[in-house]
Amino acid sequence: MSRIDQAFTRLRGGKRKALTIFLTAGDPSLARTVDLVKAAADNGADIVELGLPFSDPLADGPVIQESFLRAIAGGTNVIKSLAMVERLRISCDVPLVAMLASTLVINHGTPRFMKDAAAAGFDGIIIPDAPVDEYDEFLEPARKAGLDTILLAAPTSGPARMKRIAAISTGFLYYINVTGVTGGADAKPASIAKDVKTLKGMTKTPVLAGFGISTPAQAKAFAAVADGIIIGSQAMRVIRSVKRTADAPAALGAFVRSVRNGMDGR
Amino acid sequence: MTPDEQGHFGVYGGRYVIETLMPALEALDREFEQAMASPEFRKLLDRYRSTYIGRPTPLYFAKGLTEKVGGARIYLKREDLNHTGAHKINNTVGQALLAVRMKKKRVIAETGAGQHGVATATAAALFGLKCDVFMGAVDMERQKLNVFRMKMLGANVIPVTSGTKTLKDAMSEAIRNWIGTVRETHYIVGTVAGPAPFPKIVREFQAVIGEETKLQMLVKEGALPDALVACVGGGSNAMGLFHPFHDDATVALYGVEAAGDGLSTGRHGAPLNRGKVGVLHGAKSYVMLDADGQVMETHSISAGLDYPGVGPEHSYYKDTKRAIYGAITDKEALKAFETLAKVEGIIPAFESAHAVAYALKLAKKMKKNQSLVVCLSGRGDKDVEVAQRYFGDGGERP
Ligand SMILES: Cc1ncc(COP(=O)(O)O)c(C=O)c1O
Repeated sequence: MSRIDQAFTRLRGGKRKALTIFLTAGDPSLARTVDLVKAAADNGADIVELGLPFSDPLADGPVIQESFLRAIAGGTNVIKSLAMVERLRISCDVPLVAMLASTLVINHGTPRFMKDAAAAGFDGIIIPDAPVDEYDEFLEPARKAGLDTILLAAPTSGPARMKRIAAISTGFLYYINVTGVTGGADAKPASIAKDVKTLKGMTKTPVLAGFGISTPAQAKAFAAVADGIIIGSQAMRVIRSVKRTADAPAALGAFVRSVRNGMDGR
Repeated sequence: MTPDEQGHFGVYGGRYVIETLMPALEALDREFEQAMASPEFRKLLDRYRSTYIGRPTPLYFAKGLTEKVGGARIYLKREDLNHTGAHKINNTVGQALLAVRMKKKRVIAETGAGQHGVATATAAALFGLKCDVFMGAVDMERQKLNVFRMKMLGANVIPVTSGTKTLKDAMSEAIRNWIGTVRETHYIVGTVAGPAPFPKIVREFQAVIGEETKLQMLVKEGALPDALVACVGGGSNAMGLFHPFHDDATVALYGVEAAGDGLSTGRHGAPLNRGKVGVLHGAKSYVMLDADGQVMETHSISAGLDYPGVGPEHSYYKDTKRAIYGAITDKEALKAFETLAKVEGIIPAFESAHAVAYALKLAKKMKKNQSLVVCLSGRGDKDVEVAQRYFGDGGERP
């Protein structure tokens, strides 16, 4: 059973919903990312999604775009990100999902990337610009390496596409809450309930809701209609809000704790 | 070349976009195929082509240039004489008609040189559509005249300040905007790039360039040309010219990329000459990528060629060797800009000047009984300010 599957088994046992925190690898630095992942895991994140920075992320709003550009300017690249994950794995067992643009995977050599990512300690992969129609070239190599393949479904998808997406999603399925890019504000839990139910009728794979969630109250409301939630831009905003980067892990930890408490109704 | 159902040209093309856009791309493909199969739509398109755009555009025998070079006979396909001054309007009128057919009330576009932005703003004014154009802040500065034209036409020009502040980021921003507005907005992509079905749609609307050229050459020369030459930014004027000649094996195809300061300097916009296979703006193609796979900064004096990617069908043409892709430096393009002005009385767009420069070199190597056609994709009005800085007020190089 994969680390991600184990996490969901535990969550189901405790009747809790999954909290996934997205962090950019290398912002403010790769060394700091190690501390940030641990802070998130120690304070109630069940899964951490690490975004490997790309110069032209098309589905991201300004917060993640700028975070990626800072990471790249600081020298972060795919190879250094994988090395960081390898170091992180020595002292941290949280399920880790790599999120990166298709062109970075292809440039690294797709089979080689999957192997290297799994060897470094990643458990799953999200390629946001590889929809189910283009996933063939990634599916086999990811499966072979033992990585869960996490695909996205959107409010625009409709049942026929959802079925195809559900058929090849493992670990979890990522439901995009809003018709828009990351970091927007106005996701509504009521509007996603129907789609999540449709997806859950198609697969046993847990369905997590992401995009536009930033507060503990929103986290709670979305967790009520899905198997869990994903928070990205807001986590990066919290990290940016501190004056000294050394304080970032504590600030992130406190934020994650408040979201966890919100979701658990505490 | 007919792309497969997912819009692949060989291994290139496809739809590498977030799921949110996929249904709209599928719907657009269906709508486009239905429209092109409809005699009424075709009639409407033809009517706008002849009465509004000003087609057919002339195929002009450039006697002066031909004599100066002393090689193949040089013809210019005068896309610069289209309404709004470039080939871009062939595509925007077609896509605006599609938008109307799909009952979309708003169109968006990216623009580099501003020609596609102007052509989109024009079509939007014509059909009563709301229009937002995304343009890099750097390009807004170097193509001021076109910014004013777009505003005059009622479009909203949105400055893009992220990344390199040029065409690449304008297109990224347009795609991001579309992800959030896809239900009511049609995105008029300006070149044969982007996710499927855009490379096919833009090619089909631009193929009128090659179709006319073929007929005109048969009338003038009684034979097909021996070579075709066009500049390649995203590649729409080139593909528009090449596509109808794809199966005519005797016609050699030459695409011309921007060599900027020189291919060896790294400061250029030549993905087909110096790029790697990757994904940019939704399609797999040759892209200028660094070792890590990040998209590189490009350089060209011509805003319309200052782009790190290229349409996927050109990548396919390159691999199958159907076309040869060369490159012309800023300096060479400026020289051709001056030559064409002084010898033929035509001031070309900087983009088109790249094609002219390449054609002059090529014609020299060809025989006198051979002929070539250069796509003069646009006129140079938008570039005179920058040219003036280079040439000085007397129009002579210092
Ligand atoms: C006059 C002209 N020619 C060529 C281009 C390059 O585009 P494409 O390669 O799509 O023809 C542009 C783009 O702005 C242009 O304005």
